[in-house]
Amino acid sequence: MPLDLICPAGSLVSLKAAIDHGADAVYMGFRDNTNARAFPGLNFDEAQAAEGLRYAHDRGRKVLLALNTYPQPDTWARWTDAVDRAAKLGMDAVILADAGLMRYATRRHPQLRLHLSVQGSATSYEAVNFYREHFGIQRAVLPRVLSLPQVENVVQHTDVEIELFGFGGLCVMVEGRCLLSSYCTGESPNSAGVCSPAKAVQWTDTPAGLESRLNGVLLDRYGRHEKAGYPTLCKGRFEVGGDTYYAIEEPTSLNTLDLLPEMLKMGVAAIKIEGRQRSPAYVAQVTKVWRAAIDAVKKNADGFKPAPAWQAELNKLSEGQSHTLGAYYRPWK
Amino acid sequence: MLTLAVPTFPSRLFSRLPSAPPSLAFSLAANHLLWPALQTLDWEPLAGRRYAIRVKDLGLSLRFTVGPRGFVLDNGIPDLTISATARDFLLLLARREDPDTLFFSRRLVSEGDTELGLIVKNLLDALDPDAVLSRLPAPLARAARRLMAG
Repeated sequence: MPLDLICPAGSLVSLKAAIDHGADAVYMGFRDNTNARAFPGLNFDEAQAAEGLRYAHDRGRKVLLALNTYPQPDTWARWTDAVDRAAKLGMDAVILADAGLMRYATRRHPQLRLHLSVQGSATSYEAVNFYREHFGIQRAVLPRVLSLPQVENVVQHTDVEIELFGFGGLCVMVEGRCLLSSYCTGESPNSAGVCSPAKAVQWTDTPAGLESRLNGVLLDRYGRHEKAGYPTLCKGRFEVGGDTYYAIEEPTSLNTLDLLPEMLKMGVAAIKIEGRQRSPAYVAQVTKVWRAAIDAVKKNADGFKPAPAWQAELNKLSEGQSHTLGAYYRPWK
Repeated sequence: MLTLAVPTFPSRLFSRLPSAPPSLAFSLAANHLLWPALQTLDWEPLAGRRYAIRVKDLGLSLRFTVGPRGFVLDNGIPDLTISATARDFLLLLARREDPDTLFFSRRLVSEGDTELGLIVKNLLDALDPDAVLSRLPAPLARAARRLMAG
């Protein structure tokens, strides 16, 4: 089924909000650094995961488990144990980035469906087909670095289902390869499961503005009327050559509502919504808009035009409260 | 878009009062009304931490800690200070706004221990609204349902 809507769930309440508002599947993580949203108090213990699965399956929806960080040698068993628990719980798929963990999963749980995480950073059909050939992956989530013609090229040359990010926080263009936060904190998203560990983040209201710091390094200073963003190094303002500006990336959100007809036509299998760290209110609001949009585009792809109310609702929720088509639409290559 | 049928509050009603009496009143009221719904949460990792809730438009600062029997007045230096208007706090409580959304637009300010702030946010997000409503006194539950429905 094309254009399944895949929504984030950081808690059971969010999971139910996503299902109730029309998600075809939700994705979640366990309560440790086996997933890339390892924030304190977020995510699911085993009992909550079981209840979430029941809730989704009773309504004919699916649950995917993100195990998308890279296992470290001394704690390898934490990741394999998570794969075992996913299989035992009856997860509809696990979303993996690490090839070693894929090998473990295919040998120990051959029936378990594997998705290649965006953190796996596969941007060509050759890479996607490599994971298909060696580990039997059924779906790949593409990094937000490709233009739509490049996505189409991947879709046309693989049997693997392709999932694209449709909305939410935008990663600087090196997903799965980013070491920026390590530079400040010694912890990278790939190994520690977060870009900016909360314990290293400080917010201070100063006469000059609201300052965000990561382990003491000044990331940004927001004037009284400026919108704030997440305290990540990639979205900080830095002095370069005498100018102070967003030297790496602006805090803005991806929003691809406009591109839905093209995504449908090229055979994209699923649209993913970012934001497991967000609250149930966000999940409910975003899911509602995207459900309506996907239903509308399936009914009439050629006449599809995003409703202004949808865009306004999504803009309100966005980091930087503005949106971009990201790399999907660009004249250059 | 949400329709916002949330009352706006008259100016700086409490701004001239010292914070202890409102904080004491808040702790007593919260223990009576909210604690039955909140006591099932895992407060263990938060033992001994101090909070301040600043209701900006009312000039109100509520300072407390959470112990095994509920909210306790505590005027020590807060580990975490959350500031917003009364209306925005109500929207958050009613789950009609997402805290990150309010944060991006500078309507919600969190100062102090960021990790503590995330733990509290995620703890409250994980509360099942139906379970909370069923443990609130009936008139309050009715008012809360109206607020949540918008």
